[in-house]
Amino acid sequence: MTEIWIVVAVIGLGTMALKAAGPVLLGGRPLPSRLTGVVALLAPALLAALVATTALGDGQQIVADARLIGLSAAVVALALKAPVLAVVLAAAVAAALVRLIGIA
Amino acid sequence: MEQPPPIRFELRAGAVTAIPLAVAVGLFGVSFGVLSATSGGMGALPAVVMSVTTFAGSAQFAAASILSAGGQPIAAIAAALLLNARYIPIGISVARFLSGGPALRFAKAQLVIDESWAIAARGDGHFEQGRLLGAGIVLWLAWVGGTIIGVIGGDALGDPAALGLDAAFPALFLALLVSQLQSRRAIGAALLGAAIAIALTPFTPPGVPIIAAAGAALIGLARR
Repeated sequence: MTEIWIVVAVIGLGTMALKAAGPVLLGGRPLPSRLTGVVALLAPALLAALVATTALGDGQQIVADARLIGLSAAVVALALKAPVLAVVLAAAVAAALVRLIGIA
Repeated sequence: MEQPPPIRFELRAGAVTAIPLAVAVGLFGVSFGVLSATSGGMGALPAVVMSVTTFAGSAQFAAASILSAGGQPIAAIAAALLLNARYIPIGISVARFLSGGPALRFAKAQLVIDESWAIAARGDGHFEQGRLLGAGIVLWLAWVGGTIIGVIGGDALGDPAALGLDAAFPALFLALLVSQLQSRRAIGAALLGAAIAIALTPFTPPGVPIIAAAGAALIGLARR
């Protein structure tokens, strides 16, 4: 039982430190201009990685399942200039339907 | 100079944008609670404390599934912290947009998760502090609330995957990514980041591919 609480404490404190490292250590100081160029690209690089891993990843495996159908529905919704909420709903509904009828 | 919008407006805008995600996050919180409270799991109270303090879904699921599969505590800790190491580059990207002294900045940084960070991104490397905090608060409430419902007895709510909720996350990240693709370099960084993440997934523990994908941003060092 104590073991569990040690895990909870270490993960909790460790995550807090990871989240706060940049904001606390860097403060409000502006970064050197060459680094600003790198930081501006962190968002597209990380978001694309999150799209790829949440759509295709399953532990250490790459799998194509209903999530991919959901993502395709999202692409269509985005092409139609739908708002973010509609894009997310389209993906969830498409994936749920595909699973309901048992294709993927 | 252009007057920045009042922070209350930005807080509300962030909160409203986060609501559909909060539904999905809340339901995943329920499944985290259910997984933790069933036999062999970490238990109800540790699960709720973890959601309150850690507030990072993928890391918590990783830790909970390792523990309930009978894995070592050290393995659960390593997996969770590895998954959350992406918050170092994410934290650096928002650092200069958070106001206040070290203690306040520390507190505000806790509301940063993938979704609130993405909602706050303006697309040109700028982040709206108010949106980040508004979205973060709504998502934190959903995550903690969902966990509590789950440990009390959310079995009845069913499997989030059957509802297509797992497909909601890639769709959200894609929608937010599209608004970021305003330059050729951004498109290059996105393609490279996705390629790195997919290429590493089979060979590294979960979490590493996303951290490595941050390396794609280094193309920003090249001269224009």
